[in-house]
Amino acid sequence: MPESTASPFLRAAGLTKRFGGFHALRDVDIEVRERAIHAVIGPNGAGKTTLFNLLSGVMAPDSGEIAFLDRPLGRLRPHRRAALGIARTFQNIRLFGHMTVLENVMLGEHWRIYPSLWRSFVKASLHRPLGEAREETEMRRRALETLEFVGLADRRHVMATDLPYGEQRLLELGRALAMEPRLLLLDEPAAGMNIRETEDLDALICKVRDRGVTVVLVEHDMNLVMGISDRITVLNFGDKIAEGSPSEVQLNPAVIEAYLGEEGTL
Amino acid sequence: MLGQQLINGLMLGASYSLVAIGYTLIFGVLRLLHFAHGEVFMVGAFIGLHVVLWFAFANIYVAIAGAMVVTALLGWIVARFAVQPVDKGYPLAPLISTIGVTIVLQNLAINIFGGEQVAFPETIEQILYRIGPLTISSVQIFILAVALLSMAALWLFIDRTRMGRAIRATSESHETAALLGVDVNRVVVVTFVVASALAGIAGVLDGVKNSAITPHMGLEVAVKALVVMLLGGLGNVPGAMVAGILLGMVEILTASYLGTSVRDFFTFVILILLLLYRPTGLFGTRTIESG
Repeated sequence: MPESTASPFLRAAGLTKRFGGFHALRDVDIEVRERAIHAVIGPNGAGKTTLFNLLSGVMAPDSGEIAFLDRPLGRLRPHRRAALGIARTFQNIRLFGHMTVLENVMLGEHWRIYPSLWRSFVKASLHRPLGEAREETEMRRRALETLEFVGLADRRHVMATDLPYGEQRLLELGRALAMEPRLLLLDEPAAGMNIRETEDLDALICKVRDRGVTVVLVEHDMNLVMGISDRITVLNFGDKIAEGSPSEVQLNPAVIEAYLGEEGTL
Repeated sequence: MLGQQLINGLMLGASYSLVAIGYTLIFGVLRLLHFAHGEVFMVGAFIGLHVVLWFAFANIYVAIAGAMVVTALLGWIVARFAVQPVDKGYPLAPLISTIGVTIVLQNLAINIFGGEQVAFPETIEQILYRIGPLTISSVQIFILAVALLSMAALWLFIDRTRMGRAIRATSESHETAALLGVDVNRVVVVTFVVASALAGIAGVLDGVKNSAITPHMGLEVAVKALVVMLLGGLGNVPGAMVAGILLGMVEILTASYLGTSVRDFFTFVILILLLLYRPTGLFGTRTIESG
């Protein structure tokens, strides 16, 4: 993979997060390169979802720094990080159940250019209510494109939570893509999917990467992870125990031991 | 006779709906009972009155617009200074803060406008229309039209705009909405602004209907709208619209057949029965949705 810039796309250094006396993450460093598919794996309780929570700004780390595109994120709130181009999906699906599939995707769209409160009022009330209507039409069109991309276009008028499980996962992915993110955090996107659906997802994630989106992936399905990842970070009980290409990680004794302790095979 | 009463009930109910929608919007987004919402309604009525009194050119539309602007501003102030700074770690704290706002607004109104009942000038020419056995006045038509139009506009806003969608999303989950780029604090402020403007409209309509307003008028409406919110289901906007009209009709019917003295008694019997047997309201508790 060619290095386009000297500094990495996403860099987390010394990330530590405690819950009471329990270390969810301990002094973890991660560097993600642009346009990579970077997997984070590890047994249950390894700290993967905590890492996502810190990256997306839902939680603040006890110590450590995260820099995105060379910009330290500090305590930047989640919606500001979303505006910078960080999107995520959730391990336990979090769709808006009282909205249609299409509305869920529209919600993901261009909040980054939403003007200030005052300006938006002036705009909506005096300036051009018609402009707002045009924008709405435009948003609808783009949302439909996104739905076509994830293969849910014909389901657009269904209420989100009436979709079968696998399609709900795809919708979450679509909603995140509608934000036009530069960094996409996928938290167990294949959970609950059958083999066929997982294969489709595999192809879809690669298509997302080919659009220029950097993907960080937490996943238990090792076939999926090993097949599409450029780089893998392994966490165990909050510590980073290995990092490298799929083949390097598979041969790493520390990784094998961590997984043997839990599931037996890698 | 019954038809006539239903028309009267519809009118009474429509203003309950307008106030209750505000309650239920704010409840949907913040899980907060905005105690001072009835006082916002009262402020709306007084602003409407004084716009009419101060400006020679002002007709009722200007009065409504003026009341909307001032109550919207009031909503912004309440959200920014009485609700958002309060520590969310204590669920009762914002509620108590809005109780404080109630006291402040009521005393301000008494000091500025006096504690007495004030006459609301006639701004619409009274014309009576007879349709078969029914009589409907121009004032009634006006009130009903404005209330229904406001509700329709709100529905369009909630259902068809980006901010409306953000309000619905926020009412389902603050965290998920924020992760999608929604500025939740801004959504909260907008919700207060919109809810308060609706209460302002309702206040002016009430002045037009009763031809008199007092600084104490907020309490009764606040309590009635609270019943409406519970009847319609917490956070349920279409529920509040329907339930408001329903309660208005029930009140008018009890007043005309059983006497005005039992009207409020009946309202609160409904409330108690509701809380006992159907606490989620007639149409179910839910997060804000367009229907």
